[in-house]
Amino acid sequence: MNNLFQPETSRIDGPIVRARNLTKRFPKAKKPALAGLDADIFAGRITGLAGPDGAGKTTFLRMVAGLLDPTEGELTVLGVNPATQAEEIHIRAGYMPQRFGLYEDLSVQQNLDLYADLRGVPDQERAATFERLLGFTDLKRFTKRKAGALSGGMKQKLGLACALISKPELLLLDEPGVGVDPISRRDLWTMVQDLVAEGIGVIWSTAYLDEAEMCESVIVLNDGKTLFSGAPAELTDRVRDRTFVLPVTHARRQALQRALDVESVLDGVVQGNHLRLVLREGAMEFDAAAIGLEGKPKHVKPRFEDAFIDALGGPTRGESRIAEAMRQIPGDDKSVIEAHDLTKKFGDFAATDRVTFEVKRGELFGLLGPNGAGKSTTFKMMCGLLKPTSGTARVTGLDLQHSGSQARSRLGYMAQKFSLYADLTVRQNLDFFSGIYGLKNGRRKAVDSMLEIFAFGDQADVPSGQLPLGFKQRLSMAAALMHEPDVLFLDEPTSGVDPITRREFWKHINGLVEKGVTVMVTTHFMDEAEYCDRIGLVYRGQLIALGPPDELKRKVRTPELENPTMEDAFVALIREFDRENGVKS
Amino acid sequence: MLQRIAALVIKELLATLRDRRARLALVIPPIIQLLLFSFTGTQEVKNIGIAIFNPDTGQASTELCKRLEASGNFRYVTFVQSTEAVADAIDRQQAIASVRFQPDFSERFLSGQNASLQVILDGRRSNAAQIVNGYITTIVGQFVAEQAAPGRMTVSDELIQPRNWFNANLEYIWFTVPSLVAIITLLISLNVTSMSVAREREMGTFDQLLVSPLQPIEIMIGKTIPAFLLALAEATLFLLVAVFIFRIPFHGSLPLLYLALVTFITSIVGVGLFISALSATQQQALLGTFTFMVPGMLLSGYASPIENMPQWLQVITYANPLRYMMVIVKGVFLKDLPPEVVWANTWPMLVIALFTIPVATWFFRARAS
Amino acid sequence: MKIEIESRDPQRGALSERSSSGNRRVETGAASSDSRSFAVEKFNPRRLLALIRKEGVQILRDPSSILIAFILPVILLFLFGYAVSLDSTKLRVGVVMEERTPVSESLMAALRDSKYFTVTPGFTLKEMEDQLVAGKLRGILVIPVNFSRLFTGNNGGGDTAARLQIIADGSEPNTASFVQNYIRAAIGGWQTARALDQGANAPPNIEIETRMWFNPSLESKNYLVPGSIAIVMTLIGTLLTSLVVAREWERGTMEALMATPVSIQELVLGKLIPYFLLGFGSMSFCTLVSVGIFHTPLRGSAIVLALVTSAFLAACLGQGLFISTLAKSQFIAGQAALILGFLPSFQLSGFIFEIRSMPAPIQALTYLFPARYFVQALHTIFLAGDVGAVLWRDGLILVGFAAVFFLLTSRVTRKKLD
Repeated sequence: MNNLFQPETSRIDGPIVRARNLTKRFPKAKKPALAGLDADIFAGRITGLAGPDGAGKTTFLRMVAGLLDPTEGELTVLGVNPATQAEEIHIRAGYMPQRFGLYEDLSVQQNLDLYADLRGVPDQERAATFERLLGFTDLKRFTKRKAGALSGGMKQKLGLACALISKPELLLLDEPGVGVDPISRRDLWTMVQDLVAEGIGVIWSTAYLDEAEMCESVIVLNDGKTLFSGAPAELTDRVRDRTFVLPVTHARRQALQRALDVESVLDGVVQGNHLRLVLREGAMEFDAAAIGLEGKPKHVKPRFEDAFIDALGGPTRGESRIAEAMRQIPGDDKSVIEAHDLTKKFGDFAATDRVTFEVKRGELFGLLGPNGAGKSTTFKMMCGLLKPTSGTARVTGLDLQHSGSQARSRLGYMAQKFSLYADLTVRQNLDFFSGIYGLKNGRRKAVDSMLEIFAFGDQADVPSGQLPLGFKQRLSMAAALMHEPDVLFLDEPTSGVDPITRREFWKHINGLVEKGVTVMVTTHFMDEAEYCDRIGLVYRGQLIALGPPDELKRKVRTPELENPTMEDAFVALIREFDRENGVKS
Repeated sequence: MLQRIAALVIKELLATLRDRRARLALVIPPIIQLLLFSFTGTQEVKNIGIAIFNPDTGQASTELCKRLEASGNFRYVTFVQSTEAVADAIDRQQAIASVRFQPDFSERFLSGQNASLQVILDGRRSNAAQIVNGYITTIVGQFVAEQAAPGRMTVSDELIQPRNWFNANLEYIWFTVPSLVAIITLLISLNVTSMSVAREREMGTFDQLLVSPLQPIEIMIGKTIPAFLLALAEATLFLLVAVFIFRIPFHGSLPLLYLALVTFITSIVGVGLFISALSATQQQALLGTFTFMVPGMLLSGYASPIENMPQWLQVITYANPLRYMMVIVKGVFLKDLPPEVVWANTWPMLVIALFTIPVATWFFRARAS
Repeated sequence: MKIEIESRDPQRGALSERSSSGNRRVETGAASSDSRSFAVEKFNPRRLLALIRKEGVQILRDPSSILIAFILPVILLFLFGYAVSLDSTKLRVGVVMEERTPVSESLMAALRDSKYFTVTPGFTLKEMEDQLVAGKLRGILVIPVNFSRLFTGNNGGGDTAARLQIIADGSEPNTASFVQNYIRAAIGGWQTARALDQGANAPPNIEIETRMWFNPSLESKNYLVPGSIAIVMTLIGTLLTSLVVAREWERGTMEALMATPVSIQELVLGKLIPYFLLGFGSMSFCTLVSVGIFHTPLRGSAIVLALVTSAFLAACLGQGLFISTLAKSQFIAGQAALILGFLPSFQLSGFIFEIRSMPAPIQALTYLFPARYFVQALHTIFLAGDVGAVLWRDGLILVGFAAVFFLLTSRVTRKKLD
């Protein structure tokens, strides 16, 4: 056996997946889930499938895998029709569904055995295959562990190993990166590149546009329709010369807001001590002085995300209306969130180990860390959902474990996945939250004003479960802010959300921080981490780094890497910790 | 605090009534149960068959056969021609009992000797078989009495006047329908409470409640009241169905019945909250409800009278709220149960409620943090 | 060499192009000369074994399946063994003696001595009435004032004398008929005994020789315990199976399985066999418990029991699979399994409630559920023995049910998500 995965792609010349006018309608749905997709996907490269939630990515992958039949149009996969010859696709293609398709109560080895049997891996090849896959995914140490007890990153690798077990010609990956930390995502990318080098064709669906940008070709879907299909550079090229950075030394978020108010600016983000702006089509120049900045704009290479936002027409404009409506909380330089020697043990295992930090009033504090590092445990203790084994967690000076109700009435909370009442309408949900937070006078007015601020319009009486994702996101936020909390806890608030909605979301958060609200947020998006005043990096239950984003980046600066990104900092700090503590990474 | 609870109650009611699946689960199984159980939940002996093997052709046996046939107790009377055929009819469950006459039955009887006949009963259905045996014995006894000593007083309608109070014709449905009002109320209140917390856990909304100013006790109350209202509404519906569709007489006091229902539901909701505090998923809650329901029904006096149980099991039934509610609901419907008897069966439920609710609250608090 | 990629779907015409290079002809089902074969196998024992092994590990790791298969049966058997006794052994009756004469005293004594009654004596109907209303008494026998005169026939004016009154609590019809019949029988016995005592020439009598077949000691547990096995089998076959399949849909593992070369037959068998074995284990366990602890007889052979159980389990599993192919959420699958599986096996199987006593439309309904046949067969095997006529018929009907459910399941199941 010469290669890791002995590709056998020579048998098909031309595209391995060919779609013409591919359309899928579900019964009862108003709009088609996928409308008129034309695509040619080739072996030996990664084809990205990008787009917001509900754009039709999963529907396309399932049709390619022969699990759904197209309503209209043509589809050929590996030379056969997946609608009628699904069995052959199932032999020749590997498919990793969302949530990885693992049996959580089976061990790693048992999962591998199962898929090896199902895919008919011959006995004599088996030992070698497992050896390769386990080495490749670095799961050798965990073969006896239950799949359910693995971290998100490890589950993802196991899911990939299961999909690869019989050397597929085509590999379908459905959002492998959701809820997975940057290190694991990098590892996965490297692994898949190795496969591609051996001639396997890969379709990689993702909500992360930096992943899409690295693909050789990409299909961008939105609302079932194809926005773009081709090499990412082609799309990126459309915003050429329209992207630049502008140095900003202080009040970065306010400066960003001012910049976004300028007519010619399409999009902008904070990037360390710079603003990164994208201009509208036709606009070439930007006058920094107009927003009170002194530095000179410097052109930078456009990114796929810039082009994506451009293609979608840019984020909504204007100030955050929720922040406008919010009362100004007087700054007092007090610590609002305090963790002191915070420890949580599950049996002998310390999920959080003596973590100490403080967050001042009006500060935006980010908690980062790989999956399974103790980030969520720490977060849950801070907002009172978990009881610490030892140490204290205080919010506005009160211990949530003891003072309970009163302290909790001053904090807002937004959970990772949409977790409001799906059967209740938008208005009923808001009514409920205004009720349990004890809004006394003007409860109706508060609800009405929330409906107006978030522009729910005629969606107000729609059951919240039927809302598009962007509206769900707004509703979650409205519910968390109804009672004008002093402190806001956000747990991966933008996981799986498209960039436009994310922009809108961060506009509100930035506006709220201006009003003096203290925010604590966890995220896997490193560009979001840039907005934070300070970041705490949690790894192996400990707080291994704490400081402003730029300071963390400075720490990892080397001659080879002069201008590290937040993601570089994240990876380097963790590697360094492992080195110092003698852990094999 | 009141406002928070009110918000929770409204949300809970809306969520339950707006969710199509939950609505179906609330309406369809109870209706199917009410209809099915009302007609199937009977231990009455009707429509049964017996087999007669009479190798004797004499007058006495022929007369007795006629009487058995004409008694109206047996729907099917089959005459067979051999002992094997008798056995076969019972094996195949075509007859629940068989009567076999001696070949010289009439001769012996008319000559003043003791004649004998053999009755074979199907012990696989021992309850019905015993009742059938009673019918046969009575018919034979009367025959003997009339033949042997005409005019002499015997066990007969002349000597005994049977009366069935509260339900003169022993309508079985008068027993099942009021009992079902209690049983289905139990099912609903248990199902709603035990599933509601598990559902919020699975959907992730439970964390939202825990980070809000709501205290565990408020969440408890907020979960209790809607279950309570829903169960009461369904109970009312079933009362109406019982009175207006099944035409069950209602002799007692409605306020008294509601007072008892309220206490009953409270005690059950405590159990439901306890199950929901223990279960992490809806599946576990379902199995938990089930594990309580079946013994609860069997130990209530519905499936079989409590006094037939072994003494130690009878003691256990004192902890079963359904046991008391059964007495009350049937009593209020059919017997115009006096207030002191209603109270005698209500306070034990109150004691159970005062035990289950705090224990559930305690468990709930322990799990919440 | 030429490559020919042929469309097998002429209507769509999806694949009509031919390419001039390459070296392989793609053809489903045909063995290729290539090192790898794309032959689509409908059945591969190795895949099936892998699915069974997976399911086995899941069963062993999930306490709730063990709870349903082994703990719940014990609770049920126990309750049916002890709690549900339909034989009224001790009826609480009141006896009102409006007159105290040797005759009435002797009747009273006869009732007291009977093993069927717990007698509460009294002198006025009023005091007994309250106890009847409160449910403390099940019936009242009233011995009227001039009863002894009537009975001894001293007085010709029999018509004016009051008769014995048996008052039963009609709110419990079953118990009420027991009360009526038992008191009547007791009076009859007492009367005959008295007549003989008085030296009357014994009238010619008919001796009734009663034999209770299958269950001579007349214990209802003997038929309730086998009947409850049917309930447990339904729970495992229908409820558990439909829940675990729905769980695979909810957790997304079904999607992953469907994208592998596994065939539908293997998927179905891979669920059936483990739960069949679990049900069978539970069945053996139930039988051991009921024979060993509750001393129910087992007159038929173990082989026949095994065969009939297999047929019923197959029908239940078929039903469970059918439900879960239609309902892909645990909640709906659970509710459907309760309504279509548990309730019929409880109410329409003849296990507690007499089928013959039900109204005709509901009797007709009982024929539509396998539980009826299984309960009938179990009663026969446990209490009567291997009665070929009954068991063949019931067994074949159960096999028929299983066949119908599997046919339906295979009709609605496709390896597709829509």
